[in-house]
Amino acid sequence: MKLKILYIVPLLLLFSCGDNARPVELSPETKILYLGNGTEPKDLDPHTVTGVPESKILMALIEGLVIRHPEGKDPLPGIAKDWDISLGGKEYTFYLRDALWSNGDPVTANDFVYAWKRMLLPSLGSQYPDMLYDIVNAEEFNKGLITDFSLVGVKAIDDKTLKVTLNNPAPYFIELLAHYTTRPVHQPTIEKHGEIDSLGNQWTRPGNFVGNGPFTLEEWKLNQVIKVKKNPLYWDADRVKLNEIHFLPIDNVSREDFMFRSGQIHVTSSIPTEKIEVYKDEYPNNININPYYGTYYYRINLGKSPLDNKLIRQALSLSIDREKITEKVAKGGQIPAFSFTPPDPNGYYPPTRLEFNPQKAKQLLSQAGYTEENLPTFELLYNTSEGHQKIAEAMQQMWKETLGVNIVLTNTDWKVYLSRQNTSDFEIARAGWIGDYQDPKSFLDMMVTGRGNNLTGWSNETYDTLLVKASQSYSQDERYNYLYEAEKILMDELPIIPIYTYTRIYMKHESVKGWSSNLLDSHPYQYIDIE
Amino acid sequence: MLSLILRRIGIAIPVLLTVITLTFLMVHSAPGGPFDEEKAVSPEVLMKLNEKYNLDQPLTTQYFDYLSDILVGDFGPSFRYPGRSVTELISLGLPVTFELALYSILFALAIGVVAGILGALKPNTPLDYIPMSTAMIGICIPSIILGPSLILIFGIWLEWVPVSGWGYMPGDKLLPTLTLGTAYAAYCARLTRGGMLEILNQDFIRTARAKGLSEIRVVVVHALRGGLTPVIAFLGPAMAGLLAGSFVVETIFGIPGLGRFYVEAAFNRDYTMILGSSIFFSFLIITFNLISDLIAAALNPKLRD
Repeated sequence: MKLKILYIVPLLLLFSCGDNARPVELSPETKILYLGNGTEPKDLDPHTVTGVPESKILMALIEGLVIRHPEGKDPLPGIAKDWDISLGGKEYTFYLRDALWSNGDPVTANDFVYAWKRMLLPSLGSQYPDMLYDIVNAEEFNKGLITDFSLVGVKAIDDKTLKVTLNNPAPYFIELLAHYTTRPVHQPTIEKHGEIDSLGNQWTRPGNFVGNGPFTLEEWKLNQVIKVKKNPLYWDADRVKLNEIHFLPIDNVSREDFMFRSGQIHVTSSIPTEKIEVYKDEYPNNININPYYGTYYYRINLGKSPLDNKLIRQALSLSIDREKITEKVAKGGQIPAFSFTPPDPNGYYPPTRLEFNPQKAKQLLSQAGYTEENLPTFELLYNTSEGHQKIAEAMQQMWKETLGVNIVLTNTDWKVYLSRQNTSDFEIARAGWIGDYQDPKSFLDMMVTGRGNNLTGWSNETYDTLLVKASQSYSQDERYNYLYEAEKILMDELPIIPIYTYTRIYMKHESVKGWSSNLLDSHPYQYIDIE
Repeated sequence: MLSLILRRIGIAIPVLLTVITLTFLMVHSAPGGPFDEEKAVSPEVLMKLNEKYNLDQPLTTQYFDYLSDILVGDFGPSFRYPGRSVTELISLGLPVTFELALYSILFALAIGVVAGILGALKPNTPLDYIPMSTAMIGICIPSIILGPSLILIFGIWLEWVPVSGWGYMPGDKLLPTLTLGTAYAAYCARLTRGGMLEILNQDFIRTARAKGLSEIRVVVVHALRGGLTPVIAFLGPAMAGLLAGSFVVETIFGIPGLGRFYVEAAFNRDYTMILGSSIFFSFLIITFNLISDLIAAALNPKLRD
């Protein structure tokens, strides 16, 4: 009988954990915010990382000239307390406040010059140098055409004054400065652990990291947690209510769901698709469905005949019932796209409309000289995911019904999917784009001839010229008018077929205060509290 | 015994070399590379990266460079995590995976051996049928079903234990141990029962009983030694299987173990990490098989030659 006790041991162990209070329940006391943060960050160096999970952590650790507005309005002053714009919008003078690095050193204008030089050094291999290409000579320096950085339009006038000269008036420049790639780094720290341009510099490890943000890096356990702690030296430390934030890398959506439901995290990064409907009833106060600054679209390879024929692309687009896709297939509150750039209620509102008109689609197909019989089969490429699969199947059916075109669905893993697009080895491919900053340029610029992410082979001289004209205009209205024209061309030519505007769907615990929805899904932590 | 060890090591070297060569070829022939990103990487940057990671060399040069590097214990830098070496990643993941495997095997032994002995002592009674049919179910339920079910019951409904993590919150090691250990407990139970039944029918047991020894002494002192041989033989491969196969459990419970690094490396085309962990896992499997053979040989004179 003694042996039977062994059966009970694990059960006893289970019982013994019964009084564990959950982190989320304790958080109004501990002021620790637990966030589901997608995949494990590659690194925490603002000049070499590219991902969303990294950006969420960097927002806590390093502050740039400006910070994102918690409600998504125009950026707020950060390290720059104020700035002047002169020379018809081409010259910015930033006045820096008395801010400190987490080791006590003052943050100076030179820190920005150093950081931007580092960002633009071709030898660092940053993937985001184009964020600074509006600055005079920045692109030339990055491409190695000039090697003297003093020719680049960024100067430290004195410790607290930074002057930036732009090629064009760029009304979005302040918006762009809220992006993590433009943030400063602490020169002595970088150089203590390597060269200005050494890849994999160890300065981002806990203990080494020196930042100037509201939090400091406390602990980084790979695939487990990144902990940041309130920075007492932060210039606006009085505003910071949280003691700590734990960023938990959770790349498995079901696990994240379990963790939220068992009180281990406050905010998730997504919701299992099949649960969206259920949670709308079960957790109406927790589920968040907010518009997001991103577009889900299909990319067409113009190098493959007959997809080079505009009429065929228009016919394909006209046969898509976008409302049906968002309501019956995607089901996450997505908005049927009517253009490439998502509508921004505070500004740019694309003038185009992508209609669903099977009759016209058929007409265009026959106008192009094709019938159901002689239309070749197309391959639709997407990366393996249940969500993409469902949409691809719906598209396959719609195109078959309306145009009689046969679509073969091909799903591959992420890297194969990317590599096939990079080598133009596709016909139609699913794609998505999230704007880096809230301006139509972050979408429309991508389709300019020869841009790395164009990938369709599409090139249109008028479109390119309109974008140049837009970047040269000082008035926002004039600029938008050029961009509206460009958008119309894009939506007539359709090298890409927009399907819907993304939504951010996630769960948020009701104790989290000061977390407002906004298009870029950006939530500065100094405005967040737990009650 | 020494010849057994030497023979095994002699076989291990070509096995490892084959693993390295095949993995190297497969990794490099897989479409998509480590630097294919959603945001297009400019050709200049791509060139820099290829140069840094030695990918601009011909494949044969890369292969021999790699071989000479691992001879001096250098598995190279990870492509996914700049600034971290493969050795660092393995040394981060291994203790966690090892701890999980150890707890699971202890759990499996505790439950499995007891159930097996009970079954063997009272064959064809409810004391035999119930644990053995439970064991059968345990073998059949994959961890991908068992894990989430345990999470749902003990984590969400009863709120007794955390649903995710490893050493992050008290009690978070329980569910992964149960999930990973259950199938092995079931195997242990069936192997113990089989081994014990065979031994309990042997003459020396009858002699022991005839001498009037207590049943406990007969079982513990005389029968267990031989009866557990199949279980011990199973332990080596089981330990290797637990180490290399804990990926699913690590993913379900968010455990920062080696299995997760391994599988993620494949998705990320982290060439050096895939190679490094493949070699490491092969090494583990070979070593644990050798150890379990040695223990079995020590326990069972019939296996010594």
